[in-house]
Amino acid sequence: MSQKFHIRLASQRVNTNIAENRRYPKIFTPGETITQQHEFMRGHGTYEDNGELKSSVAGVREQVNNLISVKPLKSRYNGEVGDIVVGRITEVQQKRWKVDTNARLDSILLLSSVNLPGGELRRRSVEDEHMMRQYLQEDDLISAEVQSVHSDGTLSLHTRSLRYGKLGQGVLLKVFPSLIKRSKTHFHNLPVGASVILGNNGFIWICPVINNSEDSVGGFVQNLEEVVPLQERETIGRIRNCIKALAMCKMMLYDTSILYAYEESLKYSIAELLVPEAMIDVAILTQHRLSIIEV
Amino acid sequence: MGLSEAEKTYVLHGVEENLRVDGRDREEYRPMELETDVVSHAFGSARLRLANTDVLVAVKIEVDAPFPERPYEGKLEFFVDCSFSSMITWVLNKMKPQMASSPMNSHMASKKMLAKERTIKMISMDIGLPSSSANATPNFEGRGGEVLAAEISNCLSSAYCSSLSFDLTKLCILQGKKCWKLYVDILILECGGNLFDAISIAVKVALRNTQVPRVKCIDMDGNNVEISVCHDMFDCQRLNVENAPVMVTVCKIGDKCIVDPDVAEEQCSVGSVVVAVSGNRFSTVLQTGMGSLHPLTLVDCLKMGHKVGQKLDEAVKEVLKESLRGGDVGFIK
Repeated sequence: MSQKFHIRLASQRVNTNIAENRRYPKIFTPGETITQQHEFMRGHGTYEDNGELKSSVAGVREQVNNLISVKPLKSRYNGEVGDIVVGRITEVQQKRWKVDTNARLDSILLLSSVNLPGGELRRRSVEDEHMMRQYLQEDDLISAEVQSVHSDGTLSLHTRSLRYGKLGQGVLLKVFPSLIKRSKTHFHNLPVGASVILGNNGFIWICPVINNSEDSVGGFVQNLEEVVPLQERETIGRIRNCIKALAMCKMMLYDTSILYAYEESLKYSIAELLVPEAMIDVAILTQHRLSIIEV
Repeated sequence: MGLSEAEKTYVLHGVEENLRVDGRDREEYRPMELETDVVSHAFGSARLRLANTDVLVAVKIEVDAPFPERPYEGKLEFFVDCSFSSMITWVLNKMKPQMASSPMNSHMASKKMLAKERTIKMISMDIGLPSSSANATPNFEGRGGEVLAAEISNCLSSAYCSSLSFDLTKLCILQGKKCWKLYVDILILECGGNLFDAISIAVKVALRNTQVPRVKCIDMDGNNVEISVCHDMFDCQRLNVENAPVMVTVCKIGDKCIVDPDVAEEQCSVGSVVVAVSGNRFSTVLQTGMGSLHPLTLVDCLKMGHKVGQKLDEAVKEVLKESLRGGDVGFIK
């Protein structure tokens, strides 16, 4: 029965670098010279020192014509208009909510940029301001879209679509924002029986499959009585551990990679997926399958 | 970090169905990673990582006079630090060159180190660094860290105070005059739930890792006692930690109890019981959290803690055996 305890020595730590036989990009460290030529322009994550262009963060180099920037591996979320984010309410203020979206500053969700029950185009009255905490209170999770970026870097969010709004029962996962692959849609109903929201800010929400016909009020109602069936719970738990495994091996996260990881993980039990060896095995098999469809 | 009501409901129902958020059942632990001999100037050290919880324990030894009421016993003291300045101290000490050349010197050196450590701590306070800022978890902010640190160290001392759990008579050098005093310094580097369990395992391993210098001869000149220790650096005694207590936090969520709660589960719990198990006995029981427990629930918690604690203890012993076999230090091979 001691199988329930996995205590390993640090000398047996496994290497999470799975890109060994493949070419992987050079990672610049802060202060490392990128180029000594003068014709290049200085982009994000770089600075000039004695005519040399140097990296100010640890990350990979990206070049657009003459503009060189370094994209950090691990950073806070830098928002862009149109991004889909998952966030947590930190404060209820007058006419607005403050939302933690893993950005440097808390984001803002204005009362006027949410869909309130009773019609989309409705004037916001004083009563609505008093009711704000009943719609969203502290620690509630929401999905939203970035509406604008202010000059100081704060993000303005909106939930003016039936897809966005308050999130119900499920699990929140946090990964590096750079691991989320940008795609057309970040809301996925996976065929294995769970729904995933891959927020561009690195917050991932996994929940039971949502029926869109049901909640068309704007998403402020929650059913706390409802018990998620065991089977869905298993699926959600497995997806959670698979995403953790992929994130540990620094693999990009999108619907296909998550689905493949899920399928490859079926030989392990859900709890076994917490053990590093199993995590790496799943990540390697997933990478292998992804490389097959690339060719 | 808070949790929304819906998330809490999800965790709660999961515990009821015996399938937690990460797929574990109620009596399952997360994988751990253990490292010994991490602090070169300490007499013994260990670092334990349990998911996101990271704990570093170092043992230092000094010569001291035993308590008059317990002339045959040595001393054991626990000190828990959840603060930021302690982390700087650790980093600075890690950077310092190793000063140990001979065992007597190393003893002196470690004493010097202790003094130096205190100065560094004072310096770091002088330059305006917060003495207990929230580096591991927001709970440590302000005086929260101190309260938690006191709770943990009190729990450890009461768990180790029985002679059945840890034999202090082995630390006696000369009855009533001299004994070894062990300082167990615990540094919390990161807090990801289940602090008590992680600390108790790390302390046990660090004590196992501790090398007590072997006393060669004792000279008595009136009331003056002089001790000389063996000159061979590797000729040391190891402590017996066979029965050293292992703590299990049994956390009550809804109507059921679980072990090894993560941060989210700790937030859903109404109260928890820390059970220190040494051999097949309880050495200490502590209730944490705000809620109160029904007597029947408490009995259930104790039973569960006892069962899990013994298994955990076995697993720790197994890995200790393994660690003594291998000669590698840390992750460098």
